[in-house]
Amino acid sequence: MLIYLRKRIISSALPLAVVIVGVFALARMTGNPASLYLPLNATQQMRDDFTARNGLDQPLLVQMADYFGGVLKLDFGQSLRTGQDAAAMALRAFPATLQLAATTMVLAVVLALLVGCWAALKPNGVADRISSFISMAAASIPDFWLAIVGIWVFAITLGWLPTSGVSGAGAWVLPIATLLLRPFGVLVQIVRGSMVSALSEPYIKLARSRGAGELRVVTHHALRNAAAPALTVAGDLTVGLVNGAVVVETIFGWPGIGKLMIDSILQRDFAVLQAAVLLTAVAIFALNILIDMGYALLDARVRPVTAKA
Amino acid sequence: MKTAAQTVLPGKTRAQDVVLSVRDLAVDIRTYRGTVRAVNGVDFEARAGETLALLGESGCGKSMTAKALAGIMDPVCDLAGGEIVLNGTDLAALTPKERLKFAGPELGIVFQDALTALNPVYTVGTQLGEAFRIHQGLSAREAKVQAIELMKRVGIPEPESRVNSYPHQFSGGMRQRILIAMAVALNPRLLIADEPTTALDVTVQAQIMQLLRKLREEGQMAVVLITHDLAVVAEEADSVAVMYAGNVVESGPVSQVFSDPRHPYTKGLLESVPVHVERGAHLKSIAGSPPELHDIPSGCVYQSRCPLVQEICRAERPRLLPVNGSATNNHSETLPPRPGRAAACHFSEELNNA
Repeated sequence: MLIYLRKRIISSALPLAVVIVGVFALARMTGNPASLYLPLNATQQMRDDFTARNGLDQPLLVQMADYFGGVLKLDFGQSLRTGQDAAAMALRAFPATLQLAATTMVLAVVLALLVGCWAALKPNGVADRISSFISMAAASIPDFWLAIVGIWVFAITLGWLPTSGVSGAGAWVLPIATLLLRPFGVLVQIVRGSMVSALSEPYIKLARSRGAGELRVVTHHALRNAAAPALTVAGDLTVGLVNGAVVVETIFGWPGIGKLMIDSILQRDFAVLQAAVLLTAVAIFALNILIDMGYALLDARVRPVTAKA
Repeated sequence: MKTAAQTVLPGKTRAQDVVLSVRDLAVDIRTYRGTVRAVNGVDFEARAGETLALLGESGCGKSMTAKALAGIMDPVCDLAGGEIVLNGTDLAALTPKERLKFAGPELGIVFQDALTALNPVYTVGTQLGEAFRIHQGLSAREAKVQAIELMKRVGIPEPESRVNSYPHQFSGGMRQRILIAMAVALNPRLLIADEPTTALDVTVQAQIMQLLRKLREEGQMAVVLITHDLAVVAEEADSVAVMYAGNVVESGPVSQVFSDPRHPYTKGLLESVPVHVERGAHLKSIAGSPPELHDIPSGCVYQSRCPLVQEICRAERPRLLPVNGSATNNHSETLPPRPGRAAACHFSEELNNA
């Protein structure tokens, strides 16, 4: 397993480098930060000074080489906006996103498993129809619209919840509820589908023929077989959340990595943007490795084969 | 203290004990084109220490009957009537929950395809031990000891290490042995074997049949063997029930049914077995194909393919009735009359010497 992990980490280095190069080049296409950071009436001399001070007058390849040199020493540069260490800013924003993503996904997975299994017990039964309607609706509602409606109803009209920020448990409700719906809806359909097919397998019949009751059949025999597709999709959805619940973080003023990225782009704060993107890329790679390990845990058939003596 | 029954029933007579008695069993399938009857009024008995073969071609309802016996029918199937009396208890009258108590200790089933019948994500030890955990409340550790014991019983080499292997790490024959071990884990009185050797190659088939025979004798189990293989029936079974389009058309001791068939379908099947056929000669077969389930004629189910069909066959369905067992076979030897022979044909007596 350790050999496997090492292999995976080494093989993810190249894609990470490609990500950095891509972001580096694309960010610089947005224009010169000087026009944002200097007063409108700044002289050309002031602009040139600013550009030179930040190394932006160098050819792109030289800038990139400098940057990679820094990255290897874990120096990700400073923020143009605040002068702080870019990596520190990204790392500070990341936990807020992770907390939001983790809470949302745990809730979504648990709820989806319950509803999906309930629906799968009797395909085309009443429970199945109800859950299919709910999950379709949940998966289809646009989150930005729901977020705004949520703020309007629960924060402004009813005054039960704060409109934004992170102060107190109440502040978590609307962002999580907004983020939850799509993963929940999608996962219910995946769980339902894979449970229906798992429950029709011969090994389920055989388990019943040994006297296994309904609960045991569902939780012990079917669910573990049905889990792999759900794990794939849940991983994918988590990536989406870690990658910045950009819209929701922006609407609710949630100080996460998504908001940081948007702010950095708007401010042409290249170092922070790069650090934030690199951090999320690393997190996504880590998540993918975790998902693969999850498969191996669930099913012996996909375990990496260890060399036999 | 010994009861009278125990003292007066020594070996041979005990073997005649009826373990399973199926009466008038009917199974419906709900389809988009309406409900069809897949199993229609099936009767048979299985005795301790003996093998009863349910013989028939694909779609004749033999597997459906097996699943109905084991209480593991597909959701679109319904038990439409009849009795399944196992050791004095009518399983058909029980709720699914009540039946769970019987599944394992009283009745075990072996499927055709061991690869799909074993759960791919659990070790065989876990699956073998499950019956002990459910019915005897053993701990995981105790169940594993029992699982190893079972693996020994069915002849799996190195059970102590193989108990932690997964189904995909076994060969087809070994998987089938594991499946059989699961079915006999709690020493049931009845073992249902649903085409247990169809997916295996011939040498392994023989080993599996031998294992089933050994276990049957050790446990004095009644075995219901579902098969389409006439040779398997001839070698393994004591009695046979021939099924066609959801009906039992003929039943009785194998030796008598095979030497002296009293239903044209049985006769046709036996004649289709190639014996000393010249190279290039045409093989015999039964013309036509079985009726569709939603299109079964009102009279005899075999009327469309029967060479002896008469007016009465189209008008009235023949019932499965006892037939005279004392008949002369091909070798002109007189067979002693034996009970238990029955055929569902208006002309079963005419088939005699036909």
